[in-house]
Amino acid sequence: MIRDALALAAILFGLGLVGVLVRRNILFVLMSVEVMLSGAALAFIAAGARWGQPDGQVVFLFILAMAAAEVSVGLALLLALYHQYNTLDTNVASRMKG
Amino acid sequence: MLFLLWLVPAAPFFGAVLLLLFGSRWPRKLVALVGAASIAVAAAAAGGIAARFLIAPPPGHALTLHLWTWFSTGGFHPEVALYLDPLSLVMILVVTFVAFLIHVYSIGFMAGDAGYSRFFAYMNLFVGSMVTLVLAGDLLLLYLGWEGVGLCSYLLIGFWYRDPANGRAARKAFILTRVGDTAFTIGILLLFHALGTLEIPQMLARAPAVWAPGSGFAMAAAALLLGGAVGKSAQLPLQTWLPDAMAGPTPVSALIHAATMVTAGVYLIARMHLLFALAPKVQMAVAIVGAATLLLAGCSAFVQTDIKRVLAYSTMSQIGYMFLALGVGAWPAAIFHFMTHAFFKALLFLGAGMVIHALRGEHDIFRMGGLRPVLPSAYWTFLIAGCSLAGLPIVTAGFYSKDWIIASAAGNTALWVAALVGALLTSLYIYRLIFLVFFGPRHMPVAVKPGLAMVIPAWVLAVLSIGGGFGRAHFAALVTQAAVGAESSALTSGLASLAFLAGLVLAWAWWKRAAVARPAPTFVERFWYAGWGFDWLYDRLFVRPAMSAAAIGRGDFIDGFYRGIARWFGAASRALSRTESGNLRWYAAAIAAGTALFLAIAVFL
Amino acid sequence: MLIAFYIAGGVAVAATILMLLQLNAVHALLCLVVSLLALAIVFYTLGAPFAAVLEGIVYAGAIMVLFIFVMMLLNLGRAAVRTEKLWQPRGAWIGPVILALVLDGEFVYLLDRGAPAGHAPPPIGPIPVGISLFTTYLTGVELVSMLLLGAIVAAYRLGWRRRERAAPEAELECVEEVWGVPQ
Repeated sequence: MIRDALALAAILFGLGLVGVLVRRNILFVLMSVEVMLSGAALAFIAAGARWGQPDGQVVFLFILAMAAAEVSVGLALLLALYHQYNTLDTNVASRMKG
Repeated sequence: MLFLLWLVPAAPFFGAVLLLLFGSRWPRKLVALVGAASIAVAAAAAGGIAARFLIAPPPGHALTLHLWTWFSTGGFHPEVALYLDPLSLVMILVVTFVAFLIHVYSIGFMAGDAGYSRFFAYMNLFVGSMVTLVLAGDLLLLYLGWEGVGLCSYLLIGFWYRDPANGRAARKAFILTRVGDTAFTIGILLLFHALGTLEIPQMLARAPAVWAPGSGFAMAAAALLLGGAVGKSAQLPLQTWLPDAMAGPTPVSALIHAATMVTAGVYLIARMHLLFALAPKVQMAVAIVGAATLLLAGCSAFVQTDIKRVLAYSTMSQIGYMFLALGVGAWPAAIFHFMTHAFFKALLFLGAGMVIHALRGEHDIFRMGGLRPVLPSAYWTFLIAGCSLAGLPIVTAGFYSKDWIIASAAGNTALWVAALVGALLTSLYIYRLIFLVFFGPRHMPVAVKPGLAMVIPAWVLAVLSIGGGFGRAHFAALVTQAAVGAESSALTSGLASLAFLAGLVLAWAWWKRAAVARPAPTFVERFWYAGWGFDWLYDRLFVRPAMSAAAIGRGDFIDGFYRGIARWFGAASRALSRTESGNLRWYAAAIAAGTALFLAIAVFL
Repeated sequence: MLIAFYIAGGVAVAATILMLLQLNAVHALLCLVVSLLALAIVFYTLGAPFAAVLEGIVYAGAIMVLFIFVMMLLNLGRAAVRTEKLWQPRGAWIGPVILALVLDGEFVYLLDRGAPAGHAPPPIGPIPVGISLFTTYLTGVELVSMLLLGAIVAAYRLGWRRRERAAPEAELECVEEVWGVPQ
């Protein structure tokens, strides 16, 4: 079961990765990043369950807090980007080109 | 005296170093002060040495100051030694004093230029090298100074480097003098091989012992030294660079290409005159080269339209006089003429500079005219210098020095006649120039009048152009340390004065006719204008074959290999820069791909 | 327990895939919430009830609500759906899918090499977690709180806009127009 849990985590991570790379709308990119994070969190929980220790859940708590921080900052950035370029397209913010 | 002696080259070098390092950050007044003061120190030191030398001459009338041994390998140890005798004393006096006046003049002339500090740095470097050349007690040190002045000449001709024509002129000067320098180098090697030392007093003492007069070695060495002198002094056949060297600023032309650097060849032959005495055929060659150049340049000067080119050909011609004197064994006459020529030729260039500066860069004499009332200082100083050049009897320095040379040539009829014809030509071209520039109707308005910085040095030189010729008997006695006086004969003086007058009258007549209708140039005039076709000849003979050979070698596989490397790097750079798309998701993909790669390496390897 | 795990896992994967394919942002968000809730159940089956509850409350409850607030501010309309379609050509999926498959393949390979058998692990409740959190991992807790503080400051500063902006009426008009033409 642990192995399947880890496999599930890997699948979720992969799906999140695909979402980040494919979608052009920043909102979707952020959501896909959340998916990736939850995949990693699942891996930690599974590891904690394997060894029968609460450390996995502790790290999960940290991941949760970090995800919250990241989402708030990320959404603030998204709003700033939207007010700058009036679009949510990631390809528009490419001034570092070259 | 010993202390003062090393100060003479050291002060300009120090000034040059300061200006090169800090000049661009200093205010203009400071740059001018350092630039002129270093030469002033050198001139004052030279003056002090002269006073001491005359009052209390050292034993043997010569003084060697050993500074250090340059290097020492297997029996060859050239010294850095300064040798002071009357010849080098005269030279440093003239060089430093004229250089000082020209530096003061440059403060006014180069006032608006962007490369102000660079100019003074190079000029100081030049004066330091020239003084090293003159004071060198060792032939290798002399060669160092020789190369130094060549370098500074290149730097200063191409001073306004943004115009490619100036760069070409600078390169032409450098390459032509290089040909001469190569001959000089071989001569130095030959002399060392035969005489075992390069210290000049020892060399000249040993040479008569080792070589019989007329021996092949002596002739070869003398001929090679002549080659070097010919290059530096712009004589036949290496003379084509001097008219083009007028591309540099006028103070450069005044200092380097009139008064000092081009006389380095004269100094070399004068210094080594004992060696040339051992090779009479080469000495005759010196005279012939001098006479030929004298006539050739005189003809060319008569048809030029650029004011500075007239003066350039004039310089060539007057150095021809000096070579003529050296060739007949009258080297004191040559040095005396060098001294007076430095005064009036520098003054001619300074005057030309005032005219050019006033007309905002106009060089064509046919577009000038009637400047006499508007530029009085320029007119009077130019006139005084011109009369001195042409040899106005009795009252000018040039008359005495030229008379001495022509009289010395009296032994050889052909040379004597050539010298007299040269005097006629000189008078002709200089008065043509004066009439065209200063008389007649005015074609151009004067924009800027010259300031005191330009006018005062000109007047000082004017005084010297008049008074610098008196006392030539004393001069001869001092320089040769023997009781010889200056040669002169009434017949020669009379004929020379006649030549002067004839030239003046003919120039006036020509000007009168040209003022009415300027005729189209004849073939002879065009031939003379192009410097007797030497440029054309050298272009066909040397330049084009060299360029074709270089063009053949341009596309070979070695070049291709290196260019291929460069091209590959360029292509790789362009390909890599395409990965910087600025696209966020592209970068994320790159991170993910990298992770996959590393995992693979960690897991499978 | 095991069945619950597999069902919940399947729901999570399905919801995530749905979310990726959605064109409307709000619909995608709802799919994501479903996925996260399913994940909470998975946590429970893995013997981490405390984590499961936290996942539901904080992740699905607070973080997703943040997303909803932002979408509210953006006020994306029907035009947004059209642009989303434009932005996703068929070919864009190939590369990322291959990449993800490679990565997942490596994970699976690693898992196969040494993973224990499958049985439901015993639950670890909040008390051991709390004890571990505030003794062994106390430094981490402090660091996380500083992180959150930093995030507050950053979010505040990034969201702060200058006073001299257009009047509110003009703002609304701007938002309406923008989505008329895809950029």
